[in-house]
Amino acid sequence: MSNLPADLKYTKTHEWVRDNGDGTVTVGITDHAQDALGDIVFVEVPENGRTVAAEDACAVVESVKAASDIYSPIAGEIVEGNAALADTPDAINTSPYGDGWIFRLTPADMGVLDGLLDAAAYEQVVADES
Amino acid sequence: MPFIPHTPDDIAAMLATIGVDSIEALFDEIPAGLRVGAQALDAIPGALSEMEITRLMQSRARADGRPLCFIGAGAYEHHIPAAVWQIATRGEFYSAYTPYQAEASQGTLQLLYEFQSMMTALTGLDVSNASLYDGASALAEAVLMAVRANRQTKSQRVLVPRALHPAYRRTLRAIVEPQGIELVDVDFDPRGGYTPIERLEAAIGAGECAAVVINQPNFFGILETVDELTDWAHAHKALAIAVVNPVALALLSPPGEWGAKGVDIACGEAQPLGMPLSSGGPYAGFLCCKQEHVRQLPGRIVGRTLDLDGKPGFTLTLQAREQHIRRGKATSNICTNQGLLVTAATIHMALLGAEGLERVAASCHANTRRLGELLGAISGVEPLFERPVFHELALRLPAPTADLLRSLATEDILGGFDLGPDYPELAPALLVCATEVRTEDELRRYADTLARLIATSAN
Repeated sequence: MSNLPADLKYTKTHEWVRDNGDGTVTVGITDHAQDALGDIVFVEVPENGRTVAAEDACAVVESVKAASDIYSPIAGEIVEGNAALADTPDAINTSPYGDGWIFRLTPADMGVLDGLLDAAAYEQVVADES
Repeated sequence: MPFIPHTPDDIAAMLATIGVDSIEALFDEIPAGLRVGAQALDAIPGALSEMEITRLMQSRARADGRPLCFIGAGAYEHHIPAAVWQIATRGEFYSAYTPYQAEASQGTLQLLYEFQSMMTALTGLDVSNASLYDGASALAEAVLMAVRANRQTKSQRVLVPRALHPAYRRTLRAIVEPQGIELVDVDFDPRGGYTPIERLEAAIGAGECAAVVINQPNFFGILETVDELTDWAHAHKALAIAVVNPVALALLSPPGEWGAKGVDIACGEAQPLGMPLSSGGPYAGFLCCKQEHVRQLPGRIVGRTLDLDGKPGFTLTLQAREQHIRRGKATSNICTNQGLLVTAATIHMALLGAEGLERVAASCHANTRRLGELLGAISGVEPLFERPVFHELALRLPAPTADLLRSLATEDILGGFDLGPDYPELAPALLVCATEVRTEDELRRYADTLARLIATSAN
């Protein structure tokens, strides 16, 4: 089974969300998602200051054979895209929950976080898909 | 399964399915006056033998005459070395419309790779795709691409010069306006026929724009001040899109070197590179860009790589955003590739070489200047604009353009493009072109005939 940290929240579309405790959250894609995509060769991160709604496509992850949209798990304002991914897109493969983060945003309502999946529920989503 | 459609049983079954009694009943909503009716088919003559049909076609071809062409306006008559189509129509190239097992078609891939390399050399940009449908749709793709790629502004406005080919402007409207992009006309200087910075300023007003289209030479044949226009675009957070004639690029500075930073995207029509004038097509569009925009470039890119044994090979790369993978979210859904025409263009450029292409361009320019001298000497004919041109020239005429063109045509001269319908304020005006294939005798014949016709029409 792939790596699923218990302190993160998850979406059905395979994003993870970390509450940074300072009014912002960090978003990336799960270990399961990076494994399914294969070698990641390019990441298009969202621009700073952009306002996104929940489930908006706001980033693109390109592997050798596919380009996939990354959806914002939560409504808010983008505060930072991970610029380092321009040179090291494979960080998503090697460290999906660490250096491979994709963007940070300030949620309009932090409470929405509680409505996302916990690790166990996400694990069930993955199990149902396979 | 026999490949013979529509047996009487099939037809009966299909009609029964949709609940219609007969074919006639199916068509009865078409007014009778618009129906051809079975008896009209009697007008079609019976079958001819091969020899008879050859004779008929040759006589029809002779009826067309062998007119001298002075029309440019986006399609140009150039000399095409015989070897170009002799090689392009070899079975290996001719049969492969799309290499579905791409990597098995190493010859085609290598050729596309060469095409891309040549186009990047001509445009001075980093990457090229392997062609698009035609020049006008390549521009539409360039505009869509620029709006996606520009992250400095959210503006969906694009500045488009009125001195751009009217057909390109119509194609652009048809493709990009329904996608929410606003095209803003930029007028040309009425005396110079070029697009000055002040006109861009006037068009943009207080707002922003995502891109500026710059064409070199412009529709009137005139050389724009491209360095200034490119810098202006970048100073206004807009991307610069060049629309260029590939032959002219042999003499003019490449778009990648315009202004301080060079344009972001260059596109145009590849027809002047080995494609004959053929009643309007098929043509091929090219599209090149800077490396930083390569992910937004529609269509396929062929890359050179090494196989497991270290031998060089060619492969389709950067296709993760193509239609077969992204469908509705693909960078483009009309990036039709013109493989055979690209084959011809690549062979054409390879045979000419950089020097040959430069000689063609210089010869076009010299012929057009000479034509300008000869026509300008006719009483009542004068250049519309006093600016440098490449191989086309806009003239003011002393008589209605359409009438003169009709009279010229009866003397087997295709005299040029009537500017009046697209630019009423310029009428009566004519756009003429003289490429390297026109001889001094032909230029004189045109000038003498036009002088005679104008003198006649004045009486």
